Formats: sequence, C-alpha cells, structure tokens
Amino acid sequence: MSDPRIAGAGVTHFGEHPERTGRDLFAEAGLEALSAAGIDPEDAEALYYGNFMGELAEHQGHQGPLMAEAIGLDVPATRVEAACASAGAAIREAVKTIRNGEAEVVVVGGAERMTNIGTAAATDALAIAADDLYEVRAGMTFPGAYALMARSYFAQYGGSREDLAHIAVKNHEHALVNEHAQIQKEITVEDALEAPTIADPLGLYDSCPITDGAAAAVLTTEAYAAEHDLDAPVAITGTGQGGDNLALQDRPHLAQTPAADKAAEEAYDDAGVGPDDVDVAEVHDCFTIAEVFAIESLGFYERGEGIAAARDGETTRDGDLPVNLSGGLKAKGHPVGATGVAQLATVAWLLDGSHPRADAVPDGTVGVAHNAGGTVASTTVHVMEVQE
Amino acid sequence: MTESARDGEYDEWLDSIESGEGYYLECPNGHGWLPPRQVCPRCHERDLSRVDLPDSGEIASHTTITVPTPQFEDDAPYVTAIVDFGPVSVTGLVRDVDPDEVAIDDVVGLDVGERVTTGERAVVFRPR
Ligand SMILES: [Zn+2]
Repeated sequence: MSDPRIAGAGVTHFGEHPERTGRDLFAEAGLEALSAAGIDPEDAEALYYGNFMGELAEHQGHQGPLMAEAIGLDVPATRVEAACASAGAAIREAVKTIRNGEAEVVVVGGAERMTNIGTAAATDALAIAADDLYEVRAGMTFPGAYALMARSYFAQYGGSREDLAHIAVKNHEHALVNEHAQIQKEITVEDALEAPTIADPLGLYDSCPITDGAAAAVLTTEAYAAEHDLDAPVAITGTGQGGDNLALQDRPHLAQTPAADKAAEEAYDDAGVGPDDVDVAEVHDCFTIAEVFAIESLGFYERGEGIAAARDGETTRDGDLPVNLSGGLKAKGHPVGATGVAQLATVAWLLDGSHPRADAVPDGTVGVAHNAGGTVASTTVHVMEVQE
Repeated sequence: MTESARDGEYDEWLDSIESGEGYYLECPNGHGWLPPRQVCPRCHERDLSRVDLPDSGEIASHTTITVPTPQFEDDAPYVTAIVDFGPVSVTGLVRDVDPDEVAIDDVVGLDVGERVTTGERAVVFRPR
C-alpha cells in the first residue's frame, strides 16, 4: 500500500466571480494542478469531485463528467457530496483508489458557484445541509445552527463573543499575504464585536463569506513519482471520516462535534501520529466557533479550552500551533464543494515551503486538514507528512 | 402556489401536536426520536412505540435569526430554539416572548403555528 503523494495542486482566487461558471472555475484549478504536477494528462485514471449546491446555483447536476471534460480528461468521474465536506470526502475516495492499487494517478478537486444567486438564495441553499423537516422548517439557517452550538458551548464551558472575535482577527491577519483569499483586510476585535448580528451570538465577522472558487490536486503513487522524477515530497498518510445525526436536536451534545473526534482518531491511527506531532492545521472555521470545535476534536485542546487558543496567541502564526495560516474559511472564503481540497493544497504548500505563510512553520513535517459538513454531521480529517 | 403532497408521518405528527396529543417514538432502550423513524439509530431496535410528549420542555439553546432564508423573510427577526423534552428534543420557533428575554432552561410548551412569510405550519414554543 502506497500513501498517495501530492504531485501538484491548483486553487483559483476565492471570491466573487459571478460571471464565471463552475466549469470555468474548475478548469482553472484543475489545469493548474496538472501543470504543477508535471504529469501527462493521459496518465490520469479517475476524478473525484466535490460539489454541494450545483443544482440550485447553476441548475447543473451530474458534474463529475462535466468537470473531467473541463480539464481535458476522459476518465471515470464521480461527484461526491457531503455538504461542506464534499471535497474532503472526495479526497478519501482518491486516497483509497490509489492505496488499493486501482490507479496510479488520480485528480481530486471541487468547485462551488454561490454568489450568482445572491445572499438569500445562498442562505437557503446552505440551509438544506440541515434536516429539512425538523430544522429548516423551524427557521434554521447555517449561521443559526452554529449560533445554537455557540450558545450551548458558552453555557457549558464558558467563553464569550470576544474570544470568538480573536479567532476572526487571527484568520484575517493570516490571509493578508494569501493572494487566493477572498478577504485581505485586517480587522480588530472591536470591528468584530460591533459588526451586525446575523444569528446571535454570532455576528457578520464570525461568519465566512459566500464564495465562488475551485481547487484541485493531483495524487499519485510513490513509485510513479519516483519513476517520473516528480517533486512530490508531501504524502497523505492518514485519512478519517466520521458521521453524526443530521439534526442537532438528535445529538447528546450541542457543544461537541463527535463526528470530528472519530475522523481525527481514525486519521491519526492511520498515519501513526498523534495530536502532539502536528505542526500546522487547516480547520473548518465556517464560523469562528467552528474553529473551537475543530481544534478540540483534533485533540489539540481539552473540551472548553479551545475557545482561548487564539486570544492567547497559541494558534496565531507566531504561536506554537498555527491554525488556518491561509486565513481559513473566515477570510480565505468558503466555496463549499472546493474547501476540503483547498485545505489539502494549503497544508501541502505549507509543508513544502511554497506557501506565503510557510515561514510560520519552517521545520514543519506534519500537517492536518479538517473539513466539516453541515453542523458537523460529516467530517473528514487528513494527515499529511513530508516524506523526504 | 401548487399543491404539494403531505409529508406523511411528519404532517401526521404536526396534526397530533395541534390536537394536543403530541407524541414521540421510543425504542425499548428509551431512546426518543421524532417521526418518521423505522429504526433507532442508536441501538438498531425496530420496535418503536408512540409515547406522549411531555406538556413542557426546557430550552437547550436558542438564537435570534436576523438573516433568514427567503421562506422566513417576513418572520425575521425570529427565535429558533432546541427544546429538551427528556428522551427527545425538538427544534422550533419561540413565540410570545421578547427575543432578548429568551434564556436557556426556560420552560416552554409545544404548539403548531404559521410562518409569517409563507403561512406554512411550523413547530412553535410558547412560555409556560
Ligand atoms: Zn434505541
């Protein structure tokens, strides 16, 4: 069994591209990934592609073959849908395909077009990641669901809106040098606290923006990389996925994300590493509170301790464990179906030294990507390690 | 608006709330769920029976939503809460109370109301 090497990756600018179709965005990311990998496209054997709201945003289903065509591949192509963890789930399929020897070169990616339908329709589209009968019809929105979880966290463990604001400030600061990021603007704790509320206790600056964008990566075997003299030092050494009840009301805890606990445990076991080995992490901060859930589920913090990590400077770029050096979903943006692969690309670039924030982890050898769907009813975790 | 089919046991459940005979489904091990359910996802038991919902529950968490979906445009701002009824929790809209006054552990009763925007039925909680 060969742990897949990341031979190349491509990410579009994340932001508002209302006049660019999904296929156009994915073509840019996918072709960039193929070029960066230096792989003959004829050698690609499969595409796994993440997308969540294509039917609603573009009236386009069956996007797998469409996207293969968009990057010039004639391969079996499958769309994977797990809400905002669609691309993370696509990565797992790609990893398994390479590990089980079915293919030597697999393209994995994702794309989402969201801004063209406007904020109200996008809010509606995101909401359907929740339980339609029991949550959407009770007025649940995506921010609303995380607001319920945030209030529960505060009640159970303590913490405040100010703690959350520090997470937003950190991630905005990280994104300042990331040309792919949707928002490159420094903010203060006061800015975050004074921003309009969207679902209390969460305000506008606790929330990721609505984003168009695409990401892709080319995975290959160690043998293929060696044979073709590819520069592919980073391997995906661990993969994990966990699930949970879809509706928040059916879960024992509103302030924990056991699907992420399970995904992390599986990925760490798979890679043979533990939380203490991790040098850098990209986690799913669709809302500031989500970063807290993520770093606790990943085992970096005890329950109730993650809320203070950004305020205490531990997860900032000069801290012991930098989290979301890309700017996270908060500042980099969150084209939902592309996010998991964009995280994978970011971690790979941080570990191989080519990311503009790589100086925060000069000796980093182990990175983690945590991608959560909906209110964390789906989560994938991937461990990446430098192999040379 | 075109007429659409009722959503089976979900609408039947709303009917039961409306008539003051709300219920939930319970497995032999005491796990509670709202219908439709054919199996307990916690312990795989398929023998689910209808149990009367308690008259009141306690708010487990709540939020005042100011940026709604289009189906709730005229409802906003509104309070969505998860209410703990013991073996089962229910998500719904909190009515008849100032949003700023809603708090965790508040005791509420279960009702069915109409959404302002669409007139469709929704689960509603009112103070007890
Ligand atoms: Zn049971």
